[in-house]
Amino acid sequence: MRNVLHFKRLDEASGDTVELTFEGEPVTARAGETVAAALLAAGHISGRQTPVSGSPRGPYCMMGACFDCLVEIDGEANRQGCMTQVRDGMVVRRMTGARDVDRGSAA
Amino acid sequence: MMQMNDRRPDVIVVGAGLHGLSAALHLARAGLKPLVLEKDYPGRHASGVNAGGVRRLGRHLAEVPLSAVAMTMWHNIADLVGDDCGFVRCGQIKIAETEDELAKLKKRAREVQAIGYDHEEIIGQDELREHIPAIARHCVGAMICRDDGAALPFRTTAAFAYRARSLGVEILESHPVTAIRRDAGQWHVTAAGRQFEAPLLVNAAGAWAGHLAALAGDPVPLQPQAPMLMITERVAPFIKPVVGATGRTLSFKQFDNGTVLIGGGLRGKAFPERNITTIKLAAMRTSAQTVGALFPQMSDARIVRFWAGIEAIMPDEIPVLGKSPNAEGLYHSFGYSAHGFQLSPVTGRIIADLVMHGETDLPIEAFRADRFNSSEDTGIARIA
Amino acid sequence: MSERFDVAIIGAGPAGLAAAGVLGQAGCSVTLLDEQAEPGGQIYRGIGSASGPRKSVLGADYAAGASLLPSLAHDSVTHIAGATVWEVTPERDIYYSQAGKASGLKAEHVLVATGATERPMPFPGWTLPGVMTAGAGQILLKTAGMLPPSPCVLAGSGPLLFLIAAQYLAAGFKIDAIVETTPRGNLAKALPHLPGALLNNKYLRKGLAMLASLRKAGIPHYKASTSLVAEGDGQVEALKFTSGGKPHRLACASLLIHNGVVPNVQISRSLNLDHAWDSLQHCWHPVTDASGATSLAGFRVAGDGGGIAGAEAAAHGGRLAALAILEDLGKITGGERQARSSDDSAALKWHGRARPFLDALYAPAREFLEPADSTIVCRCEEVTAGKIREFVDLGCLGPNQAKSFGRAGMGPCQGRYCGLTVSSVIAAKLGKEMDEVGYYRIRPPLKPITLRELASMDLDDDADERPAA
Repeated sequence: MRNVLHFKRLDEASGDTVELTFEGEPVTARAGETVAAALLAAGHISGRQTPVSGSPRGPYCMMGACFDCLVEIDGEANRQGCMTQVRDGMVVRRMTGARDVDRGSAA
Repeated sequence: MMQMNDRRPDVIVVGAGLHGLSAALHLARAGLKPLVLEKDYPGRHASGVNAGGVRRLGRHLAEVPLSAVAMTMWHNIADLVGDDCGFVRCGQIKIAETEDELAKLKKRAREVQAIGYDHEEIIGQDELREHIPAIARHCVGAMICRDDGAALPFRTTAAFAYRARSLGVEILESHPVTAIRRDAGQWHVTAAGRQFEAPLLVNAAGAWAGHLAALAGDPVPLQPQAPMLMITERVAPFIKPVVGATGRTLSFKQFDNGTVLIGGGLRGKAFPERNITTIKLAAMRTSAQTVGALFPQMSDARIVRFWAGIEAIMPDEIPVLGKSPNAEGLYHSFGYSAHGFQLSPVTGRIIADLVMHGETDLPIEAFRADRFNSSEDTGIARIA
Repeated sequence: MSERFDVAIIGAGPAGLAAAGVLGQAGCSVTLLDEQAEPGGQIYRGIGSASGPRKSVLGADYAAGASLLPSLAHDSVTHIAGATVWEVTPERDIYYSQAGKASGLKAEHVLVATGATERPMPFPGWTLPGVMTAGAGQILLKTAGMLPPSPCVLAGSGPLLFLIAAQYLAAGFKIDAIVETTPRGNLAKALPHLPGALLNNKYLRKGLAMLASLRKAGIPHYKASTSLVAEGDGQVEALKFTSGGKPHRLACASLLIHNGVVPNVQISRSLNLDHAWDSLQHCWHPVTDASGATSLAGFRVAGDGGGIAGAEAAAHGGRLAALAILEDLGKITGGERQARSSDDSAALKWHGRARPFLDALYAPAREFLEPADSTIVCRCEEVTAGKIREFVDLGCLGPNQAKSFGRAGMGPCQGRYCGLTVSSVIAAKLGKEMDEVGYYRIRPPLKPITLRELASMDLDDDADERPAA
């Protein structure tokens, strides 16, 4: 379910780019951006479903307070997308419901 | 209803924790009119914020007969309080990480069998892994109490309070008791600047019960302490039973909502006069290490809260329960030493038996308030 | 085990940066802990890396924040970026996590400069993806130069709503509507404060200029709007509301909402510091003196975390707190402190003049303080206002019991976006005042930490005991 509506960058051309994936799809971001910003720019308004009712949520406060931007990053569940900067090769996945303790840990 | 409320109380219960509420509820069932005086609100301290273990496993032998009766009451808890209290019969398991630990558990099970109870069973590695697929591979076996379980503490306390009130019990919140006096066959109790009177008094004041007992002439070496717990974010269901360990302190339980409660004997500091506890982060770290060793997959789970409740701990870690040896018309029910939750349905019944019939069919001699007087090693001097 | 500092400052916004400058210049060892990757706080987010064009879009007030950055150049100031503080003890032990590793440090003095958060604005549909705070919209603009998808509607109340609309306009992006929820009666209540505000009419002039530019651009402005509902299947698609006696429905792909800002009290509450209810700003703030000193020795609060006054005032407050700390440390005399404080004290007073008028004018609407039953108030645990009212019927007397009754405030945000609402719903239902009902007890960790971080910490066995219950 890819949204066609996405956040637009003012200065689209400038800045070094970083490649990551979200749910296996490639996402091109700018260096220094947060994961949440990169996903919004790519049209992924929602990155998770709540563990309580399964309702979709997306970034709300962008300042680390609301925990609605939680995503799985490089295998670690429930990371705050708005507090994590993008890195080349980052693998980001949607959180669906409660995290699974058997996944999410590479160790 | 008006007449009910206007009636003078037959008995004043100090403390609207589970044991006070249980006493009030059973006394009301027996036809008395109890008044409960509570300094905060029902379940504010240990009763409302404990781990919720409904456990016979590993109890002090003196508590085993009471615990067995309480367990049958838990299995039908709605009959008593009109709510299931979130009780689930999920079993309790105590893990052995080594053959030595397993031998210890076997010895313990034989001791319990010797006094006539068979609820503690030993299981091997295969059955342990069936119950807890996520358990670390080195664990060799366990003790299991299949019909034990867990309930929701605040909901349980609220259910006891609700049922007690529906039976005519009056519960006054924000009424800290500041003085008691026995005069002409009556207890005169001062709370929140008001005077209350009744012929009978029940001391179920939890961590604050020592003060009341001393005022009545029953000094006890009660120590208020702060058992600590932490809880994680919601994680997908992966474990049913409540898990403890043999060689380490641990209590580990996943609720239906997915959160995982981690505790087990580690204590912070209590400041009962300020309603405040302190947490020891170093001890919490030990708990986190234990969880990492037994459930390696949990290491990435996030802790969302640490907390500690205020609880009454006795030097021998068994309660004070029964008629006062020194004061007329006074009954004690406190000092459950961080494992009174499971006993709560039956302790009120015992108080009601004592009040109504002067005796109870359960063995409570070990819980006498004056048991500390004869021994040098009571801790009274140590605490004072 | 812990590193020791003269002063630990938590938060690298205007208050924290200004304080670090004063303390660093005096040669104090200072650690400045901040959760973001770059200094600046929320108001000056990305100030060190924003391009010239981006700064001109954001305006002169934003660009001025760059003047605070030299504070970090002092040798004795250590800026720890990306550090999430999750525990502060009364003994001034501070525990934080950085890149998945938890550490501790100890300070002689602690300055809490953790700023403000958006006041909750619960209404049906506010949890839909695509609904964000206006502050979030600003952060995306400041840090990533991003604009929201059209059609874009701004809804709520307060100066920030107009500021971001004007900033978007400067960036060449015209939002589709402003749905203002400021109650009609507010202006009358604010007017008595107008003479005081005219003594500092900077904010008023700026506000009026912004409104004029939005009007000139032809942006529809719906006033005194009520009964907001965000609709959408999986993400926001429309905002319904009533204004001018008529129902409206505006299609939108993004909805930015704002209901004023309130002090971030997570740390001060977790320390059980004394707090007071401010009925004009409709929020709690820690009780402080003019130097930010709190009810616990060794702890000061500066900036919006001590009461909302804005970024410029926060910098003055930060310097005043730093000067008081210098005196406590014996680096300057009382006389020196007084002399060096006078400019900042006067400036702080000047900034404060406009506050009562603005606070009364933008007092939040009842609709968001006591939302309808079906509205989710606790976003994390999805607890509705109706559920909170049911808890009250069952005997719940305050927000801490509401946690036990139904997990309100017990999710990962730890009550940040429901605390005020839960208290006000309970207070209204019981007919009590907010300070009678109280606020959540805030427990550590202030933000979730992994079991691994805790398990691998380097700690003395008796290092830390803290009031919690």
